[in-house]
Amino acid sequence: MKLGRWLSDHWVMGVGVLVLAYLFLPIAVVVGLSFNEPSSRLSYDFNKFTLDNWTNPCGPGDMCDAVVRSVQIGFIATVAATVLGTLMAFALVRHRFRGRAATNLLIFLPMATPEVVMGSSLLALFVAGGVPLGFWTVVIAHVMFCVSFVVVTVKARLSGFDSRLEEAAMDLYADEFHTFRKVTLPLVFPGIVAAALLAFSLSFDDFIITNFNSGTTVTFPMYVWGAAQRGIPPQVNVIGTAMFLIALLLVLGTSVRRRRAA
Amino acid sequence: MSVVGHIGTAVGPHETPPPPPRKGRRLLPYLLLLPGGLWLTIFFAVPAVQLAATSLYDPSGSLQQGYAMTWEFGNYADALSAYWPHFLRSLLYAGIATLLCLLLGYPLAYAIAQKANRFKNLMLVCVIAPFFTSFLVRTLAWKTILSDNGWLVGVLRDIGILGSDGRLLATSAAVVLGLTYNFLPFMVLPLYASLDRLDGRLLEAANDLYASPARAFAKVTLPLSMPGVVAGTLLTFIPAAGDYINAELLGTPNQYMIGNVIDSAFLVRLDYPQAAALSFLLMAIILAMVFVYVKRSGTDEVL
Repeated sequence: MKLGRWLSDHWVMGVGVLVLAYLFLPIAVVVGLSFNEPSSRLSYDFNKFTLDNWTNPCGPGDMCDAVVRSVQIGFIATVAATVLGTLMAFALVRHRFRGRAATNLLIFLPMATPEVVMGSSLLALFVAGGVPLGFWTVVIAHVMFCVSFVVVTVKARLSGFDSRLEEAAMDLYADEFHTFRKVTLPLVFPGIVAAALLAFSLSFDDFIITNFNSGTTVTFPMYVWGAAQRGIPPQVNVIGTAMFLIALLLVLGTSVRRRRAA
Repeated sequence: MSVVGHIGTAVGPHETPPPPPRKGRRLLPYLLLLPGGLWLTIFFAVPAVQLAATSLYDPSGSLQQGYAMTWEFGNYADALSAYWPHFLRSLLYAGIATLLCLLLGYPLAYAIAQKANRFKNLMLVCVIAPFFTSFLVRTLAWKTILSDNGWLVGVLRDIGILGSDGRLLATSAAVVLGLTYNFLPFMVLPLYASLDRLDGRLLEAANDLYASPARAFAKVTLPLSMPGVVAGTLLTFIPAAGDYINAELLGTPNQYMIGNVIDSAFLVRLDYPQAAALSFLLMAIILAMVFVYVKRSGTDEVL
């Protein structure tokens, strides 16, 4: 009886935890393989424990260059997309203007378009315009598909914003600039940070659109793709694990700090 | 709300409240919209229009000689008749994966929103965290898990679910599993966002009125979470239908989806008019399905 009661109270949680386990299964494999000494270049199976991959992460020649390039592209694209998207979110939530429906459509469509279509059409534009493919065409493409996600994320934060706080600041003789800096920005900031994190992870991870517009520039996902045909060096899993840990620390860090601040 | 919770709600649907009118600042919204709007117009809208034009070029041209615009609607018929199995397969795989995501994602989102209490943020982080290990690296990890001499195939062969020479890798099941795995967070986050806003008192009321838990779920929880279901299925189905990485890494050419065809038409065969026709067809099919789906589910505010 008691067991039945406990089960009926907790089965949803049980299923939820199982689904989380499914999400983490490949991560566990990635972490495991980062300590693997593969038996052959094309083998994906665990062979022998070693620390070599971690002590020598840049062993495979151009992999670290690709990681650095991905970080650079991610950083530039994130800053640009976050600025452009935040401005658009402010306009959409705070202002009345003509063309709202068209603007919303322009923001929604990139999220509803398959990446192959976006990547290929952008490639056609660059080819037609005679733009040489490379680092900057990748940046342009990444900013393009990140902007929409930034807008949606910041918009969500702004919609829940109590505008009476700004009115109070104005009543207390703060001018518009100070109201924005001291009231609006701090309250919206978590939304902007979330948007930037999302943009960076989208950019760092993108393969399909990048593959169309990169020319000979190699990002980390492109390196992995190329290596998958020839045999993956185990260090790829070191980078995968490291990215996972960095992201985890970053996200947990921000939420702990916010809890302290609250 | 934490940064994580914030990403969760962001992906979910939400209505925009009418903006407060402000006097004497009519130019400001346009200035705010200008840079981002221009960027999206130049690098998204213009290429999309150009793609539509390319799809009607004379297919006998080439990149070097240039293409002639001959309003070649036949490109669409050719593309469809040559590749309809790939279209069908894409929609089928993406449809099954979306359904599986819903079946797996709903209990998880419900558990996080209604049952997790102080573990809520931790569980949300766990949903998002796998995102950060590269998409390709995770898919390659599945290749290890599903491989012929891996433990999973071994166990399944031992208990007789797979025949003694049965495989998981290079099958349709592997591709669908990969799609399900890769797009599951896109389902969970909007579902979480709408279930998180569910007022627990409504369920208590249903309970007080002698509704069984199953009935309360069908009549209260599910209808109230429909915006999340719609947003989640769209965010899962759209990228899954256009994906080609899972088919390439976990399948064989027999599992190739329309994305594989478009990719090779653009980058290998260099047949731009046909590639453009295929892309545009894919986009049109998806948009038509999205439109019908959103209309029928009656949650227009998702758009």
